[in-house]
Amino acid sequence: MTSGQIEIQLIAIVVAVACALPGTFLVLRRLALVSDAISHSILLGIVLGFFVVGNVTSPLLLVGAAIVGLLTVVLVQMLERTGLVREDAAIGLVFPALFSIGVILISRYADGVHLDVDAVLLGELAFAPFDRIEFWGWDWGPTALVVMSVILALNVTAIAVFWKELKLSTFDPALAIALGFTPALVQYGLMSLVSLTAVGAFDAVGSILVVALMIAPPATAYLLTDSLPRMLVIAAGVGAASGLAGYWLAYALDASIAGSMATMTGVAFTLAWLLAPDRGLVAAARRRARQKLEFAQTMLAIHLANHEGKPEAAEESRIEHLDRHLRWQPDFAERIVRLAERRGLVRAEGQVLELTQAGRELAADALVR
Amino acid sequence: MLELFDDYTLRTVALGSAALGITSGALGTFAVLRRQSLLGDAISHAALPGVAIAFLLTGSKAPLVLVTGAALAGFVGTLAVMSIVRTTRVKYDSALGIVLSVFFGFGLVLLTFIQRRPDASQAGLDRFLFGQAAGLLQRDLVTMAILGGIALLLMLLVWKELKLLAFDPDYGASLGFPMRALDILLTSLLVVAIVIGLQTVGVVLMAAMVIAPAAAARQWTDRLGLGAALAGLFGAIAGVLGSVLSAEAERLPTGPTIVLCVTAIVLVSLLVAGRRGLLWREVRGRRDRRRLRLAAVLADLRALEHQHPGAGRGHSAAVLSVMSGGALSSLQELERRGQVARLAEDEWALTDEGRTEAER
Repeated sequence: MTSGQIEIQLIAIVVAVACALPGTFLVLRRLALVSDAISHSILLGIVLGFFVVGNVTSPLLLVGAAIVGLLTVVLVQMLERTGLVREDAAIGLVFPALFSIGVILISRYADGVHLDVDAVLLGELAFAPFDRIEFWGWDWGPTALVVMSVILALNVTAIAVFWKELKLSTFDPALAIALGFTPALVQYGLMSLVSLTAVGAFDAVGSILVVALMIAPPATAYLLTDSLPRMLVIAAGVGAASGLAGYWLAYALDASIAGSMATMTGVAFTLAWLLAPDRGLVAAARRRARQKLEFAQTMLAIHLANHEGKPEAAEESRIEHLDRHLRWQPDFAERIVRLAERRGLVRAEGQVLELTQAGRELAADALVR
Repeated sequence: MLELFDDYTLRTVALGSAALGITSGALGTFAVLRRQSLLGDAISHAALPGVAIAFLLTGSKAPLVLVTGAALAGFVGTLAVMSIVRTTRVKYDSALGIVLSVFFGFGLVLLTFIQRRPDASQAGLDRFLFGQAAGLLQRDLVTMAILGGIALLLMLLVWKELKLLAFDPDYGASLGFPMRALDILLTSLLVVAIVIGLQTVGVVLMAAMVIAPAAAARQWTDRLGLGAALAGLFGAIAGVLGSVLSAEAERLPTGPTIVLCVTAIVLVSLLVAGRRGLLWREVRGRRDRRRLRLAAVLADLRALEHQHPGAGRGHSAAVLSVMSGGALSSLQELERRGQVARLAEDEWALTDEGRTEAER
């Protein structure tokens, strides 16, 4: 690996972790699409900042863009508050308009000046190592890496400092108000973090990947845990792993790094969706299958207990008659009997079934409940 | 304006944009009503890998091939959103965000992969990102018109059922209509409306063409049929205006221009439409506030009369201002109306007419 490759991967990891942290709260607060809106509209902020400052490397640009990101949220809320359009439509009205203004400004007045719509939208991580921060005669590393590390540190600090406020207003906004917190303030603080993170990440990886990194890893973590701290850690880990895997996928295909990273976050989510220990599709299917078998064994025990000691018992407890009495297919009946035998619920003597003590208790217990 | 349409390219562009505007506007009405506005965003982003895969598999750039690929991918994206919501605890907004960004990212991987292949046959696929009206050809137009026509025709055929789906799906189900199938049909129609716009507006901004015309039309009417028709009209106007502007002016990308046109229509509608318009609301609010202020001053004067019996006694504006604030301008207005008389420089009293009005 060259040092350039290592730096790109470092940037990928830092960006992914920095996005996953505020993203976790977006997912929990059902504000996921705000990241979509913000990441598009900050393009306008970057362009306007560029017109004011005159170059694309100034940190003022970040601040300007972050403010436009916040402005998006404010506009959406204003539009929603008129009562004339609903929240989803309001989001869908605001960000395409701001984004369009940005695109038109770029193509009319800033074409070819390093600001290029494709690069902004899609990002080009491969070139990030060439843009370096040097002062005091020291090479501090790629600009993107330095900027994103600062933003990451800021995110970690903000979340740590406002931990209880964030947690409370996310899970129980009504209680938060009752206790004297101001959820609106927390909301705007969070939106500022999202906006700033999106701006920083946007420069390195483009706006669409920002959405992928903010939403997919936290959603993956959401399937894997019920605890907020663990969700943050897992989301950061999933993001970082997707970043690395995405880099190597892009390397293998000679394709867009940002796109590959987004793809890998999708792969991670799909894996969790299928294989998550409790909530995955596979786990759910197995649980259903097991419950079906257990339920059938209970049914069998109840059936036998019902007729135990009665004149018809000899007839009712024959294995080959189960298909008539319980409407079971013969193979299924055979399988349930074998399972029940292994669990010590019934004894089979030839074709005739007899309940054990454990079986009787199970039937009685099931009937009482 | 008329000679514009003699120009072959412009005519193609304008007709194509009109077709896309009508279709996405009319079908967007349902999406906005059902709070699925941003589904359009997810579908259009999800369509990108479909375009790339269709090209990779067939090597053809025929509009029908690419549009089919886009539609299939868009449909798969929609199904993914629905099944994520149904089978996990991840919420609708996150599901949309995941699908739109991951599908789009995958599409980018494929596009860049295609672009770095040695042959140049792929040129032009990237116009799906932001759209390029000037690149519309006659064959694109035919494809768009036919697909849009079919989608609209289907929508009209099951109009009544779709109306039921939009307003009261439970009631529809209880009547025995296959609501799930209708839901899928409506979503498929939306997918068609979106993919025919991709070449002109691009995947990034197509969502606006679904949402904005419908949101604008919603301000003018409470009727679904009229709303859909108006949305179609607004979509068509914005499409034609935007694409003509962008074809005429230099370096004015089509998609963003169309989006700004449609946003302008929304803004105007929000401000002036019918009884809901924000401007009218403001005017009404001012009028009401003024009427209330006048009534308050009248009532105060009446109360003062009771406390200080004896005819011909006036009260100063300062006293009234203490009682309900800013009384002077209200007193002057009331004097003009003949309900209050000025007895001396700062002595105000009710006239007979004013007394009747105050006791009313």
